[in-house]
Amino acid sequence: MDNLPAIIEALILASEAPLSVEKICAVLESVDKSDVSQALEQLKADHDARPGGICLQDVAGGYQFRTRPELAPWVKKLKSGKPASLTPAALETLAIIAYRQPIVKSEIEGIRGVDVGGPLKSLLDKKLVRIVGRKDVPGKPIIYGTTKKFLEVFNLRDLSDLPTMREMKEMTEHQEPLEYSLPDPEFSAAVASDADFPTAEMFEEEDLP
Amino acid sequence: MNEQTSLDYAIKLDMFEGPLDLLLHLIKKNEIDLYNIPVALITQQYLEYLDIIKSLNLDLAGEYLVMASTLIHIKSRMLLPVPEEPSEEESEEDPRAELVRQLLEYQAFKEAASQLGKRPMLERDVFTRSAPLPDDPQPTDASEDEWVEVSIFELIDAFGRLVSRIDRQDLLEIDLEKMSLADLINDVMERLTREKNLTFEELLGEKWDRRRVVYTFLAILELVKLKMIKAYQTQAFGVIRIFPAVEP
Repeated sequence: MDNLPAIIEALILASEAPLSVEKICAVLESVDKSDVSQALEQLKADHDARPGGICLQDVAGGYQFRTRPELAPWVKKLKSGKPASLTPAALETLAIIAYRQPIVKSEIEGIRGVDVGGPLKSLLDKKLVRIVGRKDVPGKPIIYGTTKKFLEVFNLRDLSDLPTMREMKEMTEHQEPLEYSLPDPEFSAAVASDADFPTAEMFEEEDLP
Repeated sequence: MNEQTSLDYAIKLDMFEGPLDLLLHLIKKNEIDLYNIPVALITQQYLEYLDIIKSLNLDLAGEYLVMASTLIHIKSRMLLPVPEEPSEEESEEDPRAELVRQLLEYQAFKEAASQLGKRPMLERDVFTRSAPLPDDPQPTDASEDEWVEVSIFELIDAFGRLVSRIDRQDLLEIDLEKMSLADLINDVMERLTREKNLTFEELLGEKWDRRRVVYTFLAILELVKLKMIKAYQTQAFGVIRIFPAVEP
């Protein structure tokens, strides 16, 4: 199909939500998935090359046309409303949930050191976070996870698209001999070997969106 | 402390997201190695901050006080002499280890949050063609479309709409049918276990009269209060569906 990129471009423009490769294949029926992917790559390159106002983004498991970030001041004027924003508390809470999900409220509070009831509610209201279930421990606390909307809002393809927490790794690898007022060889071991730090495995949780 | 400095602090205090954030700030300000925190100095400065918060009559979150007591506890433990021969099973850990671990973890997530905030954010930096305009809520996409728990007011609204639909003539009938709230509660629960979920109208069945509507409504309120059923709707002003709170 010669006009494959054109068809796909039309489909993406007409779609309400990010359009997945699977959906495109379902519409086109007889076209190979690899051809679709190739056409998408070409489309993406075309849009990146031309000095236009929109680009093709790979978000939340699909493709969507979005305005270029540098044009935000003008688009914001058109929208004339209050732009989307999150308080620092909500952003911290969201980051913890994103990297540590599935997670319960007390665990988030353990990391932040303060109550997270307020920010958590605002994240639920904004549908960036959802209730995934209840933990099977006394009190059956609610387990939280991020939503598909979270991926859309933060321009993420999927959860593995989140930047790795490099800072943390660097810090935990910091193993120079430490100075103490108390001679204590156990201390450096305790910091370096703490199993609680997030690793790449965190992205392999099953019940994520 | 003179007025100028406390004013200076007041502006900064707003920025702290909690006791850990405050501690990180103090550590950075003093250019301290996180792995070798001078507890006495940090505790002193931390407590000074708390005093300022108090002097400004701001609400002091309890977490700040917990951290103060933790710091003082660590400080006192570090003053204790180290046992010459530590018992093997309980080898003494640096009293600061747990705090350092917490600070490192918090610092990492603080960094992650700031990275997240810098990403091009939908409706702030980037926009889509179908992005809803403000004050023009659009139904969210189907995958995220979950049942919303309704409040008592929406239940009352639904009740009002039903009552207004009852034929006036029916209201004049004298109904001799005996009805008790307990019967209706049992009836509602029985039907819900059988049908899994029902709307208010379905619960009323075919024969509506004022008494039945009122009693059914009271039964629903009672059951919601007892947390035996839940009322949900998919969108504002949508049809309210009643679910049993626990799967039978």
